[in-house]
Amino acid sequence: MQIFPCPFCGPRNETEFHFAGELGKERPDTTQEVAAPDWATYLYAQRNEKGPVREVWMHLTCSELFVMERDSVSMEVVGSGSLREGAE
Amino acid sequence: MTRYSAFRLLREGLRGHSGWGQAWRSPQPKPAYDAVIIGAGGHGLATAYYLAKNHGVTNVAVVEKGWLGGGNTGRNTTVIRSNYFYPESAALYDLSVRLYEKLSRELNYNIMFSQRGMIVTAHSEPEMEMAARQVNAMRLNGVDAEFLDRDQVRKMAPLLNFGPDMRYPIHGGVLQPRAGTGRHDAVAWGYARAADALGVDIIQNCEVLGLIVEAGRCVGVHTSQGDIRAGIVGAAVAGHSSVIAGMATRDLPITSYALQAFVSEPLKPVLDTVVLCPPFGTYISQSDKGGLVIGGGLDRIPSYGQRGNMPVQETVLAGLVEMMPALASVKLLRHWAGIVDVTPDSSPILGPSGLDGLYLNCGWGTGGFKAIPAGGYLFAHILATGQHHEISRPFDLARFETGHLIDEGAASGIAH
Ligand SMILES: Cc1cc2nc3c(=O)[nH]c(=O)nc-3n(C[C@H](O)[C@H](O)[C@H](O)COP(=O)(O)OP(=O)(O)OC[C@H]3O[C@@H](n4cnc5c(N)ncnc54)[C@H](O)[C@@H]3O)c2cc1C
Ligand SMILES: [Zn+2]
Repeated sequence: MQIFPCPFCGPRNETEFHFAGELGKERPDTTQEVAAPDWATYLYAQRNEKGPVREVWMHLTCSELFVMERDSVSMEVVGSGSLREGAE
Repeated sequence: MTRYSAFRLLREGLRGHSGWGQAWRSPQPKPAYDAVIIGAGGHGLATAYYLAKNHGVTNVAVVEKGWLGGGNTGRNTTVIRSNYFYPESAALYDLSVRLYEKLSRELNYNIMFSQRGMIVTAHSEPEMEMAARQVNAMRLNGVDAEFLDRDQVRKMAPLLNFGPDMRYPIHGGVLQPRAGTGRHDAVAWGYARAADALGVDIIQNCEVLGLIVEAGRCVGVHTSQGDIRAGIVGAAVAGHSSVIAGMATRDLPITSYALQAFVSEPLKPVLDTVVLCPPFGTYISQSDKGGLVIGGGLDRIPSYGQRGNMPVQETVLAGLVEMMPALASVKLLRHWAGIVDVTPDSSPILGPSGLDGLYLNCGWGTGGFKAIPAGGYLFAHILATGQHHEISRPFDLARFETGHLIDEGAASGIAH
């Protein structure tokens, strides 16, 4: 098992965590007309990077969303932080 | 190319197997080709074969960063089936099964397609209703399907748990009689040998590092063996599709995950069909060597690390023990993972990439081995004509903008 760091609860078993999505997606401004390609990008496009990644995860036990930085090849976790502050 | 036959086998047997010759060449890349395919997995190799065979395009290179068939094509659990729900998927996957049915003869290479049938079990009355719906949908799409009750499942797979304390008791299931297993390496090798014989250059240990883009069009690839120019470029790189798209500064609707599989020590024959039990997320078949080939669901963490991970291993094997308790003491021989390209609707992407001159064959995720003949056949059509085939059109990248997703994730229980 891998240990992931919840910024609020500390190091916990990976099975307590859920991958929520890549960091930095901005919902289109729906006060204006949103073109189909912009919706598609928001809803479906992924950077899906090989190497260092910054992602939003949920710690299911405390239900908090947070940012985790890790490497998608080595699977090493570099750090985690609250969504407001970003990862350290 | 040496033709393989019973006579040839006898003759070689008598002279110490000294005259077989190599199955394909190892050519140096030429400076330019009419078409360059990135990735010598099943899809890339089949594409090259059908380009040459069906469209007369023989000035083709397949460039592979490792060895041919070393990606997911050589790592999967070899299940071939077309038990999908939507008409678009049925047309695609059943074309593939039909091509598989003739493939050994067509390629002069025994790909060992064994149509031993596949059962997807149902574990409650509501699941039986969904199973009936699945059978009806498949039949309406012209695909063979049979609705099984509990006794019929038991007859076909007595190894399953019919005991009183089964966590999710088996009520029945869906059988596709024409489904089965094939020899994965043989599919790659058979297509490679046949494509090579038609003049295709298969260039191994040749990694694509970038795309040559001129005036907004992809006109070739930078590789670890130098630049290769191309009239058209097709990428069939599975879990690395986003990496190639990244070279074209495009983001795809794909997330890469590890998918794991397991094989046991060889046993005497205990199972002559493929069984998937959705509530346990585990499926199993027995190979010709006697090994039990076991698979399950995706890993939980996006990954390019081509190795397994404990939580899913536990889920899959715990599921197996509940499904077939008699196997609890069987020893595992090997365990591995491949990096699969998962789309939001669990359906593949075929067609233009958005960068002129670059086309995509990807998004097969956990279930593209069964689709290799159709994927190659359709992708060759797209590359040769610049147009979609009517079967490939619904799988264009455009569906993510129009909203016409082909959501097979839920329909097939587990996405293989
Ligand atoms: C454990 C497991 C079990 C599976 N079980 C089944 C099953 O039972 N039934 C089923 O239908 N499907 C199954 N699948 C899915 C199936 O294996 C894949 O969908 C299919 O093999 C994809 O074929 P491909 O040719 O697209 O990809 P691959 O065989 O992965 O080939 C892609 C090739 O591209 C090469 N490549 C990548 N990047 C580059 C680059 N930059 N330059 C050059 N070459 C590059 C790779 O080295 C690789 O050889 C399973 C997959 C896994 C991992
Ligand atoms: Zn927490």
